[in-house]
Order: sequence, then C-alpha cells, then structure tokens
Amino acid sequence: MTAAPPGPAGASPWRSWAARRLLLGLAQTAAVVLLVFVLTEALPGDAAVALAGDDPDPARIAAIREALHLDRPAHERLADWTTGLLHGDLGVSLASGRPVTSALADGFGPTLLLAALTVTLLVPLGVGLGVLGARREGGPVDRAVSSLTLAVYAVPEFAFGVLLVTVFALRLGWLPPTAVGYGTDLLAHPAVLVLPVLVLLARPVCSLSRLVRAGMIDALAAPYTAQARRYGVSGARVRYAHALPNAVAPAAQQLARTVDWLLSGVIVVEALFVVPGLGTVLMDAVAARDVPVVQGLAVVFGLVAVVLNLAADLVARRFAPRSGVAA
Amino acid sequence: MHDYPGLHRRGFLAATGGAAAALTLAGCGGGPALKSGKDQGGKPRRGGRLRAAFAGGGAAETLDPHLSNLFVDAARAKALFDKLADYGSDMSARPRLATRWEPNSGLDRWTVTLREAVFHDGKPVTAEDVLYSYRRIADPKKAYRAKASLEPVDLAESRAVDARTVEFRLKRPTAEFPNVLAAFGAYIVPKGTERFDKPVGSGPFRFVSFAPGRSAVFRRNDAYWEGAPHLDEIEFVVAGEESARVNALLGGQVEYAHELNPTTARAHEGKGQVEIVRLRNSAMQGFAMKTDRAPFDDPQVREAFFLIADRAELVKGALSGAGEVGNDLFGKGYTHYAAGLPQRTQDLDRARHLLKRAGAEDLRVTLDTSPVAAGFVEAAGIFRDQAEKAGVTIEVKTGNKDSYWKDILDSGTLSSYRSGAMPIESHISQRLLTDSTTNATHWRHKDFDALYQRLQSTKNTSERNALYERMQRRLHAEGGFLVWGFADWIVGTARRVRGVAGDAPANTLDWARFDTVWLA
Repeated sequence: MTAAPPGPAGASPWRSWAARRLLLGLAQTAAVVLLVFVLTEALPGDAAVALAGDDPDPARIAAIREALHLDRPAHERLADWTTGLLHGDLGVSLASGRPVTSALADGFGPTLLLAALTVTLLVPLGVGLGVLGARREGGPVDRAVSSLTLAVYAVPEFAFGVLLVTVFALRLGWLPPTAVGYGTDLLAHPAVLVLPVLVLLARPVCSLSRLVRAGMIDALAAPYTAQARRYGVSGARVRYAHALPNAVAPAAQQLARTVDWLLSGVIVVEALFVVPGLGTVLMDAVAARDVPVVQGLAVVFGLVAVVLNLAADLVARRFAPRSGVAA
Repeated sequence: MHDYPGLHRRGFLAATGGAAAALTLAGCGGGPALKSGKDQGGKPRRGGRLRAAFAGGGAAETLDPHLSNLFVDAARAKALFDKLADYGSDMSARPRLATRWEPNSGLDRWTVTLREAVFHDGKPVTAEDVLYSYRRIADPKKAYRAKASLEPVDLAESRAVDARTVEFRLKRPTAEFPNVLAAFGAYIVPKGTERFDKPVGSGPFRFVSFAPGRSAVFRRNDAYWEGAPHLDEIEFVVAGEESARVNALLGGQVEYAHELNPTTARAHEGKGQVEIVRLRNSAMQGFAMKTDRAPFDDPQVREAFFLIADRAELVKGALSGAGEVGNDLFGKGYTHYAAGLPQRTQDLDRARHLLKRAGAEDLRVTLDTSPVAAGFVEAAGIFRDQAEKAGVTIEVKTGNKDSYWKDILDSGTLSSYRSGAMPIESHISQRLLTDSTTNATHWRHKDFDALYQRLQSTKNTSERNALYERMQRRLHAEGGFLVWGFADWIVGTARRVRGVAGDAPANTLDWARFDTVWLA
C-alpha cells in the first residue's frame, strides 16, 4: 500500500479494523447463502411439488422438475448459482421465469420507502423521548413516558395494526385500511402510509427511547460529568455534549438492528396492509420453494445486515471510543 | 447471524385470523340486510369499475390460462378467455364457445360446432385455434393442469372439418366428453400464442395491465359474443391475508372479496355493511383412508370409521357451521349424485362391534393433516376425540402445507382431504381407477374400472345414471373417502354490487364471473 498517503496517527489501525470487519461481513454473507441453500434443500418438497399443489400427479411433478432443471444434483445447482452471483447475476425465479433481480427490485421500493419514513421519524422521537425521561428522571413525565413505552412495547405488531385499522380506518374513516390497489407507487398516496409507519414505529421508538434514557442517566451519574460540572460547564453542555454521546453508542447499535429489521421486510405489517415489499416476496418465494429468489434475498439481507452493523460500530467508536468495539 | 424474523409471525397471523376478524367487528354498526344474489332484482346499470380482492401467489401468478393454478389465476383467465364449455351449478357441462356437440354411435368421435365469436384483436375463433390450444395443453414436455383431463382425446387424429367445426377423435368411448371441454384450464387461445404478457382472448374483458402479485386491470369487451359486460372495468387486486381482504372491503377499497372465513361471514352477515354470499357445495371435506394397507384394507374398519364420524359436529366445529354434512360420497348437489342413499349417522356401538369383528380393538392410527386448507387441523382434532369414544386412538400428525398433497398421495394410512368442485365422473377418473394419477385412497378394483368403462360407453342417459348409482353405492358401502361435509365458499361484496351468483360452487361458470355483475 505504498500509494496510500501517510495518514494521521491512528488512521492505519482504524483502516485495518474496517477491512477486517468488511472481510468478516463478506464471510458471514457467504455463510448465510450456503446455510439458506442447505435449509431450503432440507425443506420437504421442492418447487415442483409446491407448484403442483393439490394436483400431485407424479408425471406432472416429474415434468415440472425437468423443466426447472431440478433433476440435477444440488451441488451443481449451487455451483451454477454461485458462478452467476460472481457476475452479478442472481439467476431466474423458478416460479415466474423472470430474473430474480426484477423480483427483488419490485419489492425493494415499498420496503425502502417504509423503512426510510420510519427511521426519519424514529430517530428524533426515540432520542427526544429518551432525553426527556433522563432529564426528569423519576418525575411524573419520566414515569408517564416509561410506562407508556413499556406498554406499547408489549403489544405485538399485528395486534397494534388491527387496532389502528379498526379505529382509524373502519370506525373513523380517516385513513385507508390497506394499500390494496395502489401498486408500488405508495409515495403518491401518503395516506396509505400513515398506519403502516405508525405500527412500524411503535416498538422501535420504545426500545430506542429507553436505551437513550438509560445511557444518559448512567452518564449523568458518572464521575466525569460531576467533574465537568465542578469545572463550571453548563448543564445543557454536560447533557448534550458529554452525556448524550455516551447514550448514542448502544442506541446506534439498536438503531442498526431496527433498520435491518425494517429492510428485511416486516412481513406482518406488509401482510396486514397489503404492502408488496420484500417480506411478501420472501413469503411467496419460500411457499413456492423458489430457491433462487430466496437465495437472492439472503444475499441482499446479509449484505444489508453487514453494512448496517459496520456503520453502527463506526458510529459507536466515534462517539464512545472507550466502549471498545471488537472487530 | 441473520434470521427471518417474520416467518413465524405470518403463521401466527394466519392462525389468529379469527381474533383479528373479531376485533374488526367492533367497528361495525347494525342495519337492515339486503340479500345478494341473482334473485335480487333491479335493472342492470352500465358502467363503473369493480375492484375484486383475491388471495394470490406473488411472482408465480400468471395470465397464461393453461397455467392457471390459483383462484385468482382462474378468475382472471375466465375474464379474458373462454372454454368450449363450462360447468353449471350442478357441474353439468354447458355450451360456451361450442354451441353443439354430437357423438358418433361409438361415442369415440365427437363433432363440436363453434359459435361465431371473435378474439380481442378482431380475428374469429376457429377450429384451428381450438386444436392449437388443446395441443399446447397436452404437450408431453409441459405440465399444464388440464393435460390429464384432455387425456382421452387423440389430438393427432382430431381435425378441423371447417372453420367452425372440430372433429375430436377419442382414444376410447367417452360418453361424458363434454366434461372434457369444460375442464379446469382448458381455455381457447389464438393459434400460435406462446406469450401471455399482453394476452388476447375471446372473453368478456380485454387486457389493460398486469403486475403479478398486485393487480390486473381489464376493460369491457364490447364485442363479446354473449353481450358486453355491464362494468367498464374490472381490477383484480391481491391481498394474501383474509383480514386484509375484509378490511379493504369494509373500508371501501374493494367491492368484492373472495375467500372469507366463516367467522368473518358470521360477524358481518345481516349487519348491513357488506353482503355475504355463500356458494354452497364448493369444497368436499373428508378423510382419505388408504384401502390397500392395514388397518383400512379391511372394509369393516372403513365402515367403522364411517360410523365414528359425527358429521354435524365436524361441520359445526371445523367449518364454523358454514357447510352441510356429507354422506361419504363426492358431489352432493351435482348431477348424477346418488341422493337416494340413506344419510349415514354416528353409531359408536356398531363401530365398536365392527372393529371387534375385524380384530382391530385398541386400534391406533396416525392421521396426517396440515393447515393447507381451512378447517383441516380442526377437523382432525374433532375426529380424534370422536374416535376415542369408539376405542380408537388417533394420533394427529401435522405436516408441511407446501408439500402436503404430494406427501399424502402414497404415504400414511389416514389423511385430511378436500376437493374443489368437479363432475362426479372426473372425481372417479382422477382418483378412483387403477391408473388414476391422484388415487389418494389407493382404490384399485378391476370390476370398478370396468363399470367406469361401461359408463363411458353408454349413450343412454338413464342407463348411465343407473351405472353412476351402482358405483356410488359401492363407494358409500366400502369406499376409502370418509366425506363428512361440504364447505360453503364465502364471498363478501359491497352493498351496491349486484348480480353476484349465489348458487355457483367455486370453479363453475358463474363463480367469480364479472361480466354479469353491475354496480347499483
């Protein structure tokens, strides 16, 4: 690496840390892909059986199997698929005969939109509620926020979704109950997004705000903040410049997990509101034993998880270097 | 490191569909009910767009009518294409693109006359199109669903006599040949068609757009041979979860919701917000006993199992009352059904006696089931409890739903079974002959096969009816299907939807038929 300009002290270990993290991430993704292939092979029945459905005429199943090249040995199919992957080709869906990339692209739009909206609202809401609670620790506001977040956190998505639909869509008629018939262009119909985003927000806001609150309270009680106060640093500065960053480290990792969860398609929300996102693609693909699509999704989800966790670790290192993030 | 967090949740959501529906109920007011169906008068009004919600299959959905597998595929195929014949509500074949069919005296050569009809591109429907379509379906290298139904036809020898006359040569006498013309998926496409991304058919609606797993929009075909539809447009939308279909219907996002749960139907029936249409006799519900292996190779054990079933309790418990009891025969309400046989009822004493005589006291049986169809798992549990009263221990084994039908075809001894509507003759030929491809009860009897051949070679209708009766009498006495009920197929519609047929079992001509529907 002679071409690399000499960086400031500390840049080099940082860079090797990031490289190691990336390599580890790629290895993890490869492992996920392999595992997914083995697991889908282990499922009873293949795409031919699933396609034949309630008409399991053996000759018909054999014909489907031949047409889909499922009669070839598993390792050959895996090798073919991996070769394609290295060229950026995810293969062809067994169920529809269309490229896997187009199935993923179709589902990615709605999922990304929901995830982006949710995160945009989640960060200010979660951090704001957490800071509010920490500032008034033990007070009525803190107790109200704490009990509310705990209560909402305990409600599963589908129950919360059904409740919201019943009240706001069916009873009051303010919002559409599902995204049925709007296609993938959901942004053109913001009203259909309100309820799904609310359901997606509910639990992450609770977990995030509780983490921020706990982190800040810890930091505010730590000797170094007391020392800072003794030096005459203002209360606001102690809170936002010293205590908050300490709370950000665990919150960033929680946020990464949340974004990962959102980007993997939150199946229960997609099903309830008929949003044709990645979760729906995954469900259909597993039901149809559409191995190329399942594998394509595994690659995408694996990469997303790796990148997000890497980003979260970077943020954590930046804000709280002492928390010692392992590579 | 990464798992799929939602996989279990979907299962959970499906399992709690009833609870979701009950919660939804809270938002509904009362009001007088209007009965939907054909009896509801009023002059059809032209215009408007109807949105119909069906369960779907994502990317696997297709507009190729010969590949139709899902209900939504079949409903769309029906809107775009025609068959030569289709089933009436009693599953007898009714002429569609064919106006007449005439057999020779040997019943192995049928002359079919086509009506004057045109495809959406203006070209007439000809005998060549019919032969092309059937040959495409029968392609030995492909796996089109209607292939097995077309098996009796010798397509190489069949020919077009003139533009509107087809002469079908059959491999053997087939008195019920019109059933073949009406077979599920036997649609007529223009000669040479291989791709269906912009399908051209002869059906009541023309193609506008299609996004698999989401929506399909079709427009009225003014040149339709049976008269133009009342609607301007029909849009098929896909919503996999039943609760989503109900919510979309209640919220006014769709006007027609296919395949609702009995609990949902009960919650909304007569409440005035939506109409509930029950399509009777849509799905046979039962258990399949493998008649070629212990313990069911002994007819006494089979009869004992017939007598164990409390059919009313099964209908009430597994179908939430949305159906009627069965009599161990397929096809209640259909033409040729042996309605004269006495209704079997539970008789535990006699069941015990039969089991004792068969040397099968303290019998233990595994019952294979799966959540592949509504009510399967519930029915299995109820039947287990009923069997216990006769001293039979049933162990219920829940299998994978994606491969269930294949799994139970040749393995196990006792399994949950269902069947959609089809003619009784098709039920026999597909499931109860020695060479049947889906013979789940392993019912293989040369004399029974011979009766079927005789039936297909009998031109006289009353003689044929006598043969139907004889075959069903035998199945009723010692067959492998314990048919305990027939489930309603439940459809919900908005109040302004008119002309939805109430007497059309799923898969018949009037089921999911939108050219006769209008918006008031």
